Amino acid sequence: MLDINHIKKTFNPGTITEKRALTDVDLHLAEGDFVTIIGGNGAGKSTMLNAIAGVFPVDSGNIIIDGQDITRLPEYKRAAFLGRVFQDPMTGTAATMTIEDNLALAYRRGQHRSPWKRGITSNEKEMFREQLKRLGLGLEERMNARVGLLSGGQRQALTLLMATLQKPKLLLLDEHTAALDPKTASKVLHLTRELIRDSHLTAMMVTHNMKDALQYGNRIIMMHEGRIIVDVDRETKVSLRVEDLLNMFEHTSGSALDNDRMLLG
Amino acid sequence: MDIAKLFNAFPGAISQGIIWGIMAIGVYITFRILDVSDLTVDGSMATGGAVAAMLITAGYNAWFALLVAFLVGMLCGLVTGIFHTTMGIPAILAGILTQLALYSINLRIMDGKANTAVNVNKFHVLVTSRNVRVLSFSNPIVFSVLVTAVLILILCFFFRTEYGCALRATGANGAMARAQGINTNIAKVFGLMLANGIVAFAGALLAQYQGFADVQMARGAIVIGLAAVIIGEVVFGKLLHTFSGKLICVSLGAVIYYLVMQIVLWLGLNTNDLKMLTALVVAVFLAVPHWKSKAFSRMAAQKGVLEDA
Repeated sequence: MLDINHIKKTFNPGTITEKRALTDVDLHLAEGDFVTIIGGNGAGKSTMLNAIAGVFPVDSGNIIIDGQDITRLPEYKRAAFLGRVFQDPMTGTAATMTIEDNLALAYRRGQHRSPWKRGITSNEKEMFREQLKRLGLGLEERMNARVGLLSGGQRQALTLLMATLQKPKLLLLDEHTAALDPKTASKVLHLTRELIRDSHLTAMMVTHNMKDALQYGNRIIMMHEGRIIVDVDRETKVSLRVEDLLNMFEHTSGSALDNDRMLLG
Repeated sequence: MDIAKLFNAFPGAISQGIIWGIMAIGVYITFRILDVSDLTVDGSMATGGAVAAMLITAGYNAWFALLVAFLVGMLCGLVTGIFHTTMGIPAILAGILTQLALYSINLRIMDGKANTAVNVNKFHVLVTSRNVRVLSFSNPIVFSVLVTAVLILILCFFFRTEYGCALRATGANGAMARAQGINTNIAKVFGLMLANGIVAFAGALLAQYQGFADVQMARGAIVIGLAAVIIGEVVFGKLLHTFSGKLICVSLGAVIYYLVMQIVLWLGLNTNDLKMLTALVVAVFLAVPHWKSKAFSRMAAQKGVLEDA
């Protein structure tokens, strides 16, 4: 499904702020994989997701989705394959536009946008209302409200819905619950699992919560200094505990896991 | 201070305000929808005026002149858009570059002269200050209100279409727009073209109204446009929430601006000081939201201290 072949990325090469963000990432996902990604500060987790999304070009290597090489495609063209939810609830939605406008924009992801056709039809509004009900947040009653009026958790739930409204080949979740309080975070995570299961999505989720990393998904990868150092498959993951993960990390990287936001349990 | 003299000047101020209101709608598109401060308008408005003046004096139909002015204005926006997106120049600087270049181009358009007269007696024009007190369709107030209404209708339609929504998303949140598959560079270029097309269109109307085009006719136009946008928002913002309502606010803002200018002139202000006054008014109104948010955060901080204690 997704083949990442030895991608490398160095920011500001040759300067004092040079940062080798991805040293050599090689990763292959099967259809329906739900991978959780953990790692220390600056390990390259978000950079890897952004490289897939095309926020910046990679220095070498290539990225292939469903047999199509997307390495050279600009970000807006890759959007046709990808659903994305970001860490900052502000990033995923347009605050000054209404809930239904945001959904209509997402519903046309990867499609031609005509200067004649209506940006949102009444049939779509009905469909959006049904979809919003799934979130259980009462947003279906506030479809004309500006997204800026919503709480962080509501915005993340909405972004999640937007990312899956038009089924993506790959769903990228970049610490999408990190900015939320624990209760809201767990609600959004449950919703995430539900949406992924119902639409049979392939997904990658960066998290700083080890317990979530174990609880969700069928595969865990650990990153360190711009590469993947541990890759745990479905069978092993089931019996894994947080301590095992930490030991694995120390054993492979030769250092303690250092992430100032890491939640262990 | 003869009050009759002031009232006498109002029809002229109103029609000028409505024409500048059309220009301000163009500014609204870049400033509020695209979230770009586009300084091209100081040049492109004069370009619109120059193009219209040259075409009309060459015997072309005034409507045709308006259309060509609109298209040439779009070209101006295209240049700024390319400077900004393909060449990576910050939007403000890109606009300044185009504006400067347009000064030379406007002189070229007008055969090297700084101004071109459009004699109402010799040529057919759509609006002229001569008719401000005529009660018919030839009254510039009636005509420009109709033009503004049609423009607002068209823009309302466009910004509700699929591409119009994409343009709004580009201004609201570029990262989100790209994640939804919108080519934000093209959207920005198109927005700049649309805005400058409208601005040049307004310039073409203004040249007809005042009976001449001048390379200096739009000096500081961006500030007047911003004044109209901000005055409209402050005075009527609470009343009108729909998109069409907001555009109507902009147009009314421009009218208020010209009425106020007429009043301060009547009170004895030197004409030469007008631009300074405009700049100060806009600066203060731009500062208000900043001060407001600062005051709010200070209040919130104080409240937090109290709650912690």
